[in-house]
Amino acid sequence: MINSKYFFKGFKSIKGLDSPALALGASFIAIGALLKNIGFNLEQSIFSTFLTYALPGSLVMAESFLIGASLINIFLAVWLVNTRLYPMTVSLMPLLLHKSQPRWKYYLSCHFIAVSAWLIMKGNYQSVEKKHRIDFWIGIGTGTWSIAIVSTIIGFLASDYLNKDMMIGLAIVNPVYFTCMMVGAMKSLQISLSIILGAILGPAFFFITPEWSILYGGVCAGTLAYFIGEFR
Amino acid sequence: MSEMSSNIILVILVTSFATYLSRFLGVVSSEKIKETSKIFKWFNCIAYSVLAALIARMVIFPAGELAESDVLIRLFVVAACVLMFLFTKKNLVYPTVLSAMLLALLNNYL
Repeated sequence: MINSKYFFKGFKSIKGLDSPALALGASFIAIGALLKNIGFNLEQSIFSTFLTYALPGSLVMAESFLIGASLINIFLAVWLVNTRLYPMTVSLMPLLLHKSQPRWKYYLSCHFIAVSAWLIMKGNYQSVEKKHRIDFWIGIGTGTWSIAIVSTIIGFLASDYLNKDMMIGLAIVNPVYFTCMMVGAMKSLQISLSIILGAILGPAFFFITPEWSILYGGVCAGTLAYFIGEFR
Repeated sequence: MSEMSSNIILVILVTSFATYLSRFLGVVSSEKIKETSKIFKWFNCIAYSVLAALIARMVIFPAGELAESDVLIRLFVVAACVLMFLFTKKNLVYPTVLSAMLLALLNNYL
């Protein structure tokens, strides 16, 4: 079913010097503490990370829940902030599709698409033959997802001991890790431009429309970078 | 089950459905997209841009605890950590550990 050699090769990406473990751990510890503070119990917090596994979405959920937003509003707010997962999936799955592999693997493992697992896979997929990439990906996904779940538990249990300074410290770890990963991914003109323009246009659009800024900024920046790269 | 906790379960289910939807539709679209096609390249650019936009927003207009620190301090911490990442031959452990300590320190003493 799943080739264990490639699964563990992927799973092991949570060890080592470019491991996402620290960054993921820090941010999900913060999530665990946050969920406890807004009134979730331990099982509900675990359930939340288990089923959602996307940081910005969980943050939006917590904020909306706190102000008593309706379910439909929570749905729209989360869907909007997580639409970035669509282009991420479309730019990852074609690299993993192989005729010999069953479709359920793709529909199940797309749950693991989140920034850290995605960046690791994008950086390493060429080291695995196409046939085995999906098993490699399931390994990476299972590894990063497990860290997120365990960290949510730690954060929930440790929330009373986390003071304001520690929470602020934990919150910067994730953006710093992602920024470094993105800098590391700048290997072609097109990708470098996509990243730099996205980092400028995203915040710029925030002044016009805060909710849509990531999507508008990202689509404009990506399209611009694509055309510059193609017709240079 | 109390009303509060059944409400929380519903909130979690709605959140995970809203999240899975984009991933699921992404796989459906992927079935028709070749990795050598122009449309794949275009989506690849958009994916990186959207991520960069998201990260820039987390640093410049953060939600939650981070909002209580100064934006210039946050930008300085990110820049210092990226430099460290480059100087340590792309080691990710040092900059991530440094970032938390540096921000907590500057936030208190500046």
